Amino acid sequence: MTQAHQPTSIQPDETIVTDEEHIKPYMLNFGPQHPAAHGVLRLILEMNGETVERADPHIGLLHRGTEKLIEHKTYTQALPYFDRLDYVAPMNQEHAFALGIEKLLGITAPERAQYIRVLFCELGRILNHILNITTYALDVGAITPALWGFEEREKGMEFYERVCGARLHANYFRPGGVRYDMPKGLAEDMWAWTETFPKCIEDLETLLTNNRIFKQRTVDIGKVSEEDAINWGFTGPMLRASGVPWDLRKSQPYEVYADMDFDVAVGKTGDCYARYLVRIEEMKQSLRIMRQCLNAMPGGDVLANDYKVTPPPRGEMKQSMEALIHHFKLYTEGFHVPAGETYTAVEAPKGEFGVYLIADGSNKPYKCHIRAPGFYHLSALDFMSKGHMLADTVAIIGSMDVVFGEIDR
Amino acid sequence: MHLIQYAKSFLLYEIVIGFAKTFSYMFREKVTLNYPYEKAPISPRFRGEHALRRYPNGEERCIACKLCEAICPALAITIEAEEREDGSRRTTKYDIDMTKCIYCGLCQEACPVDAIVEGPNFEFATETREELFYNKDKLLDNGDKWEAQIAANLAADAEYR
Repeated sequence: MTQAHQPTSIQPDETIVTDEEHIKPYMLNFGPQHPAAHGVLRLILEMNGETVERADPHIGLLHRGTEKLIEHKTYTQALPYFDRLDYVAPMNQEHAFALGIEKLLGITAPERAQYIRVLFCELGRILNHILNITTYALDVGAITPALWGFEEREKGMEFYERVCGARLHANYFRPGGVRYDMPKGLAEDMWAWTETFPKCIEDLETLLTNNRIFKQRTVDIGKVSEEDAINWGFTGPMLRASGVPWDLRKSQPYEVYADMDFDVAVGKTGDCYARYLVRIEEMKQSLRIMRQCLNAMPGGDVLANDYKVTPPPRGEMKQSMEALIHHFKLYTEGFHVPAGETYTAVEAPKGEFGVYLIADGSNKPYKCHIRAPGFYHLSALDFMSKGHMLADTVAIIGSMDVVFGEIDR
Repeated sequence: MHLIQYAKSFLLYEIVIGFAKTFSYMFREKVTLNYPYEKAPISPRFRGEHALRRYPNGEERCIACKLCEAICPALAITIEAEEREDGSRRTTKYDIDMTKCIYCGLCQEACPVDAIVEGPNFEFATETREELFYNKDKLLDNGDKWEAQIAANLAADAEYR
């Protein structure tokens, strides 16, 4: 193109780039309505041809002001907001909030409630990983895993629905335990599911793990070194895929994780493929934990027997005046949490999900900060996708497992 | 070992295996539902469209204690109450803005007389936004329509509540 402007007698010097020759990086607007952006992610990509030079994620399109809203709600009312953060694994988020309140109140959930919580957290982890792996495969060109994976996900959501009444927005884990006991027959059905589900993982692996197309799209894409992963605040499968064996369930066990026998999946290469492998292995380990929970599930209450914090059972509320007063106090004013602050974190499917809670002695949190793992992962998108092709950016976003409910909060 | 890998690679082994697996799924039992005619079962705890219930003698249950209004995190419920001619306390206005409601189930948990419940109905889409601002008549109608199933669900779940 520049040849035409040059006089024919002078050969253009190839080492000097003139203004006319230099092409500015092409700015590409990716999203926020792009199906491969996994939600409302808007990326400004500076492209050199097909190569990404800079990726600038613009977030905030799903911002609902959750943290501020929580300051104006009682602790009971604030709980449903946590379902709506990472809406792929809602109970895991509630868990962090419930544990934080319990820590401030100085109460613990009864043993049966702890087992139920761990059981459903692990189910949530599996549901999250099914969604991530299958949609990730969809991003890099495989449609079938999504069709198979969603069938299993549907079964898992049915368990959610049977225990709490909603497929996604559970509102099930409460400070002091869980809302209702598991209905009869659910434990048996879940056990039966843990026996058939490994077949589904196997089928997914048949399609993906050795598939050359899948490997071409993922191996050595978006490599993150161990050091980078730690420096950028990675947690969860993103961190473990880079070779750091860090799992809050092992390093600071909460609930009954200390009694559970499971392995932490650790990747070696830190690329997209390693993250996929880590998630596959985590599903298998979660199944192990679920089975141990179902086997060891003790009887007894599922809600702490402290009517200043937890509502009395319905039968008692209708008979006893005192229980009725507690019921009315709890559903109007809520319970008061003694002044103090806490940072409570759980190992959510996407990484460390933490709640920093400041209580001022009233019935509402003074401040509630939410540490969403996806936010930190997304911030690393720039250096992960630098030098890769545009289509690889999609693969990297897919392997990050971003959900905008929690990133934008 | 290398030879086997080369052979597998050359013969598209993993692709063929993958296709075979996909093909085998064709002969499995179908899991899809023919939706408006077939529906997946829902549990007694399902939280769907709201309904206001009545006692068997036709008297409305709600006593306007306003617990549901107080607990609602989305501020979707508005209640006004007055004394009726016979001296009993009843609502004169019971509105739920279904566009605000987040279906958390706290209203039915709070209700001391099981008046407001989230019923089993999940098919209440409307053509206009205004139709989703439910008033007391609409809610009582829902209650009359779904009472049999709501009562059965409450009875089935009574031992856990």
